[in-house]
Amino acid sequence: MNRYTQMFDRLSTCGEGAFGAFLMLGDPDPSTSLALLDAAVAGGADMIEVGIPFSDPIADGPVIQAAAVRALDMGVTPEVCFEILASFRARHPRIPVGLLTYANLVLARGRESFYRRCAAAGIDSVLVADVPAREAEPFAGSAIDHGVDPVLIAATNTPPETLRRVAALSRGYVYCVSRAGVTGTDRQMELDHGGLFSTLAEAGAPPAVLGFGISQPGHVRAGLEAGAAGVISGSAIVRRVAEAREPIEAVRDFVRTMKAATQKEVARDRVAV
Amino acid sequence: MLMSGRFGAYGGTYVPEILMPALTELEAAFVEAQKDESFQAELAALLAKYAGRPTPLTRCRNLGPAGVRLYLKREDLLHGGAHKTNQVLAQALLAKRMGKTRLIAETGAGQHGVATALAGALFGLQTKVYMGAHDVERQKLNVFRMRLMGAEVIPVESGGKTLKDAVNEALRDWTASFTDTHYLLGTVAGPHPFPIMVREFQRVIGKEARAQVIEEEGRLPDAVIACVGGGSNAMGIFADFIEDEGVRLIGVEAAGKGLDGSEHGATILRGRPGVLHGAETYVLQDEDGQISDSWSVSAGLDYPAVGPEHAFLKDSGRAEYVGATDQEALDAFALLARSEGIVCAFESAHALAHALKLAKAAAEGTVLVVNISGRGDKDMEQAQRLLEFGA
Ligand SMILES: Cc1ncc(COP(=O)(O)O)c(C=O)c1O
Repeated sequence: MNRYTQMFDRLSTCGEGAFGAFLMLGDPDPSTSLALLDAAVAGGADMIEVGIPFSDPIADGPVIQAAAVRALDMGVTPEVCFEILASFRARHPRIPVGLLTYANLVLARGRESFYRRCAAAGIDSVLVADVPAREAEPFAGSAIDHGVDPVLIAATNTPPETLRRVAALSRGYVYCVSRAGVTGTDRQMELDHGGLFSTLAEAGAPPAVLGFGISQPGHVRAGLEAGAAGVISGSAIVRRVAEAREPIEAVRDFVRTMKAATQKEVARDRVAV
Repeated sequence: MLMSGRFGAYGGTYVPEILMPALTELEAAFVEAQKDESFQAELAALLAKYAGRPTPLTRCRNLGPAGVRLYLKREDLLHGGAHKTNQVLAQALLAKRMGKTRLIAETGAGQHGVATALAGALFGLQTKVYMGAHDVERQKLNVFRMRLMGAEVIPVESGGKTLKDAVNEALRDWTASFTDTHYLLGTVAGPHPFPIMVREFQRVIGKEARAQVIEEEGRLPDAVIACVGGGSNAMGIFADFIEDEGVRLIGVEAAGKGLDGSEHGATILRGRPGVLHGAETYVLQDEDGQISDSWSVSAGLDYPAVGPEHAFLKDSGRAEYVGATDQEALDAFALLARSEGIVCAFESAHALAHALKLAKAAAEGTVLVVNISGRGDKDMEQAQRLLEFGA
């Protein structure tokens, strides 16, 4: 069974939401990057999301842009990223790993070759940030041919017919953005997702995971209460890589705090007792 | 969406899903406005009475070999100082129709920023212009002009600090602001509908030039030559000649310090198909797909992608693309000033440089039309430094 399906099944049995931790591959250098991925798992992340550093990330705010610049300055190439992920996969056989990338990195290698390489590195899903549903078919097709789940984005301003297309093309999960704008923590999430989640569910979409601007346990709870199956935190984690004195510990501890917020009040009370 | 948004394999809408409704809204407004006589009449009146259309077609008296008839399409005489004003007025009218209250734009040379600033002032739209920090430095006069007209100019410090980085920042702004903001993109690049829309709003250049040259010569020209940054002045002058199969269409890219090195902006000549800023097109990039920093002495040609229709015209063979180096452009710039009393933009000087090369080898009676996309006021400081008889 697919790692995402296994994860969502397990979590729903124990009444938890999924917590996804996003990190930029190769930031601040390849070996620390691998240690940071391990730290996210140690902190309790249910799913890992990773970016390949790209020179022109139009969907990203300043924090993730800066992470890409740090990695590119260290000479991190897509191939280095795939190697980091292959090492990670060898140590963590069960956790789902999703890649977030941009169209030009996929096309430069060639779609088929790119998704083949993803599969070989143990990547479960690929989201291409600048490929909307209108352009997604060839990307989704190549992904599925190589056993990789295509993940598409949905937003509250996405019209119903597009949501149905997103539902039909997505596997693994659907990435729902919590608000307009680029990645970053300076804008609060907005919580009018009820309609989005129900339209997706009616169209038979895989579980909805909410991202963008998730930086506090309260956001995690709010996202899950609004009906998301999970949440992803990116800039709040990447900022700790850049700013914390002990980034590895800081990432582990932050993930632990955020993961705790995915557990139902009852469950948490029981743990507390 | 109503149109395919494709030019053969090129074009498309490679943007985050969140922006798709904004593009859909824009496309619908554009399609409707094209059919709306009141919109067309308002635009025509603005172009004539505010911007100064039609611009003349000037035959060179002294420049070029005696037997060659060299014509300049004088977009340098347009209000704002470059062809940019044509399509900016049109997009600003569209923004009003869509009920937007704010304009954002990117700019390289500052000409598009100046045009957007003047439209913002004219229509009472709040205007923010993103400009690479490097370009802010080399086009200071235009920065001042924009601020004078009430626009806010934001220097962009990321990447190579030029046009590409300014577009990135404008797109990021738009993903958060599209409800009340129109992104007034400055060229035929970017996601659909911008390439088609900007071409249609620039088509007036070629429509006039075609009628003017026929009136002067009683025939079509042998070649039409324009510089290519994003490609808007070139698409504008090419559009009405595309069906005229005997007319060579020549786009001149920035060969910078030479096409053999990496310091140039020759996207079509040296790039590979890829995706940048929402469109599939030729892109300067490394093996992995990281976008390269381009180079040109002219900020307006310093861009590592190109409008997707140019990519299509290149592959189909209908247009030819060549390069002119920084030095060749500077020489043509100085020569035009000396021999015709016209100070053109560094960008336009690239087109002229190639036209002069062509003229040298041309048969007696050859008719060439060069698009002088803008005037050189913005380049005076740089010209003083770069030309030996300067300061
Ligand atoms: C005078 C002039 N010509 C040409 C260009 C290049 O743009 P495009 O290729 O879109 O005409 C610019 C851009 O700033 C410009 O200012």
